Amino acid sequence: MTNVEELVKQQAEIHGHKRESLMPILQAVIRSERFLSEEAMVAIAKELDISTADVYGTASFYTFMDTKPKGKNIIRVCKTITCHMKGKDAVIGALEDLLKIKLGDNTSDGKFSLLQANCLGWCHKGPVMLINDEVYPEVTPQSAVEVIQEYLKQK
Amino acid sequence: MSTYKVNLKVNNLNVSVDEGTTILDAARQLNFKIPTLCHHDDLCVAGNCRVCVVEQVGNRLLPAACATPVSEGMEVLTNSMKVRQARKNIIELLLSEHNADCTKCFKSGYCELQEMANEYRTGDHIFLDVRSKNEIDISSPSIEKDDSKCIRCQRCVRTCTELQAVSALAVTHKGKEMKISTFLDKPMNDVVCTNCGQCINRCPTASLVERNYIDQVFDAIYDPKKFVVVQTAPATRVAISEEFGLGPNRSTGKMVAALRRLGFDKVLDTDFTADLTIMEEGTELLTRLKEALVDGKEVALPMMTSCSPGWIKFQEHIFPDMLDNLSTCKSPQQMFGPLAKTYYAEKINKNPADMVVVSIMPCTAKKYEAERPEMRGSGYKDVDFVLTTRELGRMIHQAGIDFEKLEDEKYDSILGESTGAAVIFGATGGVMEAALRTAYEIVTGREVPFANLNIKPVRGMDGIKEAAVKIKDVKEEWSFLEGVELKIAIAHGLANAKELMNKIKSGEADYHFIEVMACPSGCIGGGGQPIPTNMEIRKKRAAAIYEEDEKMVLRKSHENPEVTEIYKSFLHKPLGHRSHDLLHTHYYPRKRY
Ligand code: SF4
Ligand code: SF4
Ligand code: SF4
Ligand code: FES
Ligand code: FES
Repeated sequence: MTNVEELVKQQAEIHGHKRESLMPILQAVIRSERFLSEEAMVAIAKELDISTADVYGTASFYTFMDTKPKGKNIIRVCKTITCHMKGKDAVIGALEDLLKIKLGDNTSDGKFSLLQANCLGWCHKGPVMLINDEVYPEVTPQSAVEVIQEYLKQK
Repeated sequence: MSTYKVNLKVNNLNVSVDEGTTILDAARQLNFKIPTLCHHDDLCVAGNCRVCVVEQVGNRLLPAACATPVSEGMEVLTNSMKVRQARKNIIELLLSEHNADCTKCFKSGYCELQEMANEYRTGDHIFLDVRSKNEIDISSPSIEKDDSKCIRCQRCVRTCTELQAVSALAVTHKGKEMKISTFLDKPMNDVVCTNCGQCINRCPTASLVERNYIDQVFDAIYDPKKFVVVQTAPATRVAISEEFGLGPNRSTGKMVAALRRLGFDKVLDTDFTADLTIMEEGTELLTRLKEALVDGKEVALPMMTSCSPGWIKFQEHIFPDMLDNLSTCKSPQQMFGPLAKTYYAEKINKNPADMVVVSIMPCTAKKYEAERPEMRGSGYKDVDFVLTTRELGRMIHQAGIDFEKLEDEKYDSILGESTGAAVIFGATGGVMEAALRTAYEIVTGREVPFANLNIKPVRGMDGIKEAAVKIKDVKEEWSFLEGVELKIAIAHGLANAKELMNKIKSGEADYHFIEVMACPSGCIGGGGQPIPTNMEIRKKRAAAIYEEDEKMVLRKSHENPEVTEIYKSFLHKPLGHRSHDLLHTHYYPRKRY
């Protein structure tokens, strides 16, 4: 059994083998793996005896449940209307230049992924950037770059 | 059933209906049609398309008629100004994201969305055009999936889950990216889809349609070098009439006449190989029983029928550990193909390389089945093209043939003779009934003990049917069956099949013989049958099938003279060498998840 299968089995023991157990198991896999691999989704479908399409359908509904490999740190910039009007595009542009990747991609060293998110509930302080679970309100292209540079310094 | 009655007014007319009835059904009782898209009589309520909105006097909001139960004193207007405006807007919104290239579309003239747009004469284009283009998925030999035509009504998802228990399709992503998709958006041919086509049969638009081969078949017909023979499945002859607005009806003779006018060189019958299937499968069952009861061998029982290729693929994916239980018989379509290109080719002195075998099927899975690499017993592709009942309807329309006015004609010979036992293959329980009529007689020398050969306990629309037949006073060579109670079960629709399989696996039930058809009500409710379908329509098709059976001179497969002849001069005996090479096959385990 691979690590992911092991993890899924463990989580199913904790949360149960019913369809309702799907969300907590998905969340647990995301916490540990940062994304849902095909292998992980197949393992979940098996444990809960539901179809893989069902697992994927649920996972793909949630922005925070990626089904593609992600970097160690996930940067998400809010794309919804308030942040849009407050200049999220410029922030994203600056980050793309800094990390030398396009929106949606991972850096080649696997340290960062650059993504967008739907409204994060910080509209009054947009544009908002989220790195992993950390919120950075009212970012400018300049301040966003500085935050990332801090991350780059840590090992 | 509730006994409470609820009184309400629909368009100012009084009506009294059972408690729990929806506004939609209450209006139907007064013969008011409320337009629907996501609603389907076979499926659970979804309430997502909103075209069925009605006005409820005193309610500011417009309730969805398909999803709202009636209440006492309710006053409903199904066509008020407010309703009409709302409905137009809803249809416009659907069209604003719909790739409405109707003139090029396979569904044009058969499409519920188009019909509604026509009825309401929308066309002001008040909303922003946000339609998108995408690749059409034609990975499957049975199904064409075009997301740009999808209105996200989810009938397909509900079909695949509720009726078929496969869930190959799911709603994925959200917002404007929301779509109907497969696991990781894989091509249809790479997932657990059984190609049953039930989703196609319920899709209101052209988002899911059969892969159609009409032009290829016309090309073959017009190619002077090709000798094109056509075979017709049992269930098509009671449904093709629906393509011409004539309702479910026995129309074998007209269908044969139409096929001849389309230019097929010979019009032959899958019913012939259905009779042959009974000989092979019946013998296989008796052999397995003997091996189990006399020789004490480990044989896979219950034996399961194998004429439904959607069911076969389902087993390969979902219960790959029980493939030995499946009869090794090919489906009647695939028995016909290799016989046409060997036995028949020889008789009529044709080079099989110049022959084209076309089938008319109620089924989309048979398109897939014909492509299976095993299906080349003749040394050629045994069946070249498989058309649905609907495609045949199109061909007849295209050729300008007035179906209703055709005089009845007869099948060509040979491979055209059949019995009533073969035609009932088209309805759930039919293969079982046909097998019993023959096997019982082989073993006891007497006819099955049911009035007029009609084995009523195996008929009808219950999802799972069970019966037991006591075998007594057997012929000497079958003495090991004396007193045996033959236990049988029948399931139709893959959700019922799955339930039955789980019962068998858990040891809760033990049967000798099981019939499974992938489609609800059997082939008469096949994925390739005319649209729409619902229980009422399927019951009418079944009634027509049983009537057809009663009208036949011969009612038992073993009495088919062409069957006797082919065993005498070609196959020699059931399960013999030739049968093995041409009429039997094997199965492969596939991934369940
Ligand atoms: S699916 Fe219907 S509305 Fe859409 S293009 Fe085809 S015929 Fe027209
Ligand atoms: S594919 Fe057809 S049935 Fe399925 S959601 Fe789209 S329009 Fe509805
Ligand atoms: S063809 Fe049958 S199994 Fe395949 S997606 Fe449609 S309903 Fe599901
Ligand atoms: S719009 Fe960006 S946080 Fe709400
Ligand atoms: S038919 Fe009623 S909401 Fe779709």
